[in-house]
Amino acid sequence: MSIYLDHAATTPMVDVAMNAMVTQLAELGNPSSLHSHGRATRKTLEDAREVIAKEVDCLPTEVIFTASGTEANNIALKGLYWAGRAAGKKLVVISAIEHHAILDPAHWLLTHEGAEVIQVPVTPDGVIDLVFLKELIDNRGQEIAVISIMHANNETGVIQPIAEVVRIAGQIPVHTDAVQSFKKTPLSFSTLGVIALTLSAHKIGGPLGIGALILRRTVEIPSLLHGGGQEREIRSGTLNAPSIIGFAAAAASEHYPVDEITDLRDRFIAGVREVLPDAIVNGAGADRLPGIVNVTFPHTQSDTLLLLMDGAGVSCSTGSACSAGVHEASHVLLAMGHTEVTAQSSLRFSFGATSTTADCDFVLSVLPDVITRGRAANSV
Amino acid sequence: MKVIAAMSGGVDSAVAAARAVEAGHEVIGVHLALAANPQKYRSGARGCCTIEDSHDARRAADVIGIPFYIWDMAEEFHDGVVEDFLAEYAAGRTPNPCLRCNEKIKFAAVLDRARAMGFDGVVTGHYARTEIGPHGKTLHRAVDHSKDQSYVLSVLTREQIDGAIFPLGDTTKVDIRAEAEARGLAVAQKPDSHDICFVPSGDNAGWLRDRLGSDVGPIVDQSGTKIGEHKGAYTYTIGQRKGLGLTVPTADGSPRFVLKIEPITNTVVVGAREELAVSSMRGERPVWCGPEVTTTPTRGFVQIRAHGAALECTYYLKNGQLVAELDSPLLGLATGQAMVIYDGDRVVGSATICETA
Repeated sequence: MSIYLDHAATTPMVDVAMNAMVTQLAELGNPSSLHSHGRATRKTLEDAREVIAKEVDCLPTEVIFTASGTEANNIALKGLYWAGRAAGKKLVVISAIEHHAILDPAHWLLTHEGAEVIQVPVTPDGVIDLVFLKELIDNRGQEIAVISIMHANNETGVIQPIAEVVRIAGQIPVHTDAVQSFKKTPLSFSTLGVIALTLSAHKIGGPLGIGALILRRTVEIPSLLHGGGQEREIRSGTLNAPSIIGFAAAAASEHYPVDEITDLRDRFIAGVREVLPDAIVNGAGADRLPGIVNVTFPHTQSDTLLLLMDGAGVSCSTGSACSAGVHEASHVLLAMGHTEVTAQSSLRFSFGATSTTADCDFVLSVLPDVITRGRAANSV
Repeated sequence: MKVIAAMSGGVDSAVAAARAVEAGHEVIGVHLALAANPQKYRSGARGCCTIEDSHDARRAADVIGIPFYIWDMAEEFHDGVVEDFLAEYAAGRTPNPCLRCNEKIKFAAVLDRARAMGFDGVVTGHYARTEIGPHGKTLHRAVDHSKDQSYVLSVLTREQIDGAIFPLGDTTKVDIRAEAEARGLAVAQKPDSHDICFVPSGDNAGWLRDRLGSDVGPIVDQSGTKIGEHKGAYTYTIGQRKGLGLTVPTADGSPRFVLKIEPITNTVVVGAREELAVSSMRGERPVWCGPEVTTTPTRGFVQIRAHGAALECTYYLKNGQLVAELDSPLLGLATGQAMVIYDGDRVVGSATICETA
């Protein structure tokens, strides 16, 4: 038995994406070349750009392809900060629950580029504190270069009120990391009103190593990579046509059955509560993505549980980062009011298009024994 | 059996894990993160839990084809091994931290956790053997005496030995490296680790000085006459001759040696070479790896250093302490070291030396 419940980390490629990508791998031509080979690749690649633009509801010119979601976040946060700093704004506002691909560049801006960074706290259910944000903007709005708040959290699945953030922010540029949300919950770049938004292909059944920054038309920011001037001169480098085409094919495919996955998630939560009444579902009171469940199992340690789960044939995760391979308490759960101890007693289960009721029930069947052993190991 | 293989990232523990798999055990590799702030890279033969080491361990586990996890034991290691090391030096004794690590971490914290999780034991790359005999499972020297590590394992109780598997005890180090090479393990030629893993610079005296301070104190001869000054008594070892910086020579010009370190008065006592001679020792907190030692004098061997010689002796229990009387005296023996009794190649037990005569 081998059950995969870590779809928020990465999820199987969909067949249409794999086929489209393999087909393109056999094609010759750099999309920047002017000859017939180049034109042929460019035609297919620009078709793909239009598909992604349609799926995220933006203009094709607003799609900037990158090698990862991390890269898109770095371009957005650093670029918007530098643009703001040129106008005397040095404040970077992020949330306390951002992915490391925002937290770490923000910290780097603080230590290397003269930024001041303020983290917006979250409620016990993991939703950003809009009152805090509003007060901050009322008091110091003139100093803010960029606000970056994720669309949905990768550890808890809690969806953030980005449209509200944009409304409160007024003229201040807002970026949102929508890597977990794309194709899982309604997402429209134009309706949200953000200036920049991050996507990643491998979270939606596309290939690894390709992402996109959706950046509003006419917005000019300094680039991280200089070279051939591709992608509005914001992201130089030969375009990765096969991956982009795979990305678009995955984005266009309706392979993510939202209702079924939501039912599966709820079945899982009900099952967990039945067998382990003291388990805590984090963010349970908030609007969440269909596929992510984060549970705290009191009196256990996540790394022990992962080992035992793996031994029982279940791949899940903590969703949080490692430092030198050692699990750190999740900054997301800490921000939600957990202690170091309870934050270190939590697991993330994430369902995907290939997940089944049998998967869910199997995990529920092994869970009591895993938790019993985990508690025993925690008490020695 | 279901076992945990402790994998340091070195060649020995990698081959031990591979052998355990071949022996039919269900093996899970575990790397112990012992440093709170690990260094990124190894420097020479020092350090044993750098990030590079944990990568090496993970790679070995992947090549062997076993699951791999990192267990954070930094707190246990600091409290049980590093603090103990400092406290022992501060008390004027000479501890062996590897022994303490086996006693408190590898075969205690790790074994206990493993058992609670449903595992039967812990596999390590130590060079030692176990045998099942009339007295149950007993601990023995490795076939490769030059690499034998039974000394640092002598603190294990019978229950701990029951949960320990040492797959390398029947092989020489040279052959283990060749085997690692044949198994496609990239760590085959990685240098052995020496010295104390939590003192990456290798400068023990400097490391101790940073933590215990460097209180200047007297160096005295046996009559109590001050003949010099030291900068931190714990940086000296019994039997040390060089680096004493003494200004008052002996009458006959013979050299002086460190005889004793007295922490309370912060005094280092020096004297003539023959004063170092020790013909008997007593050890406290004895641990028996097999049948308990009795008050009946018994012939055997005692070893007082990790790779020291086995010295012929008569040993017995007196007032709960382990006593060994040497056939021929030895020079320079510090309290705090472990005295390990052997019956041939079998480890009888060990105790911490508290008095010498």
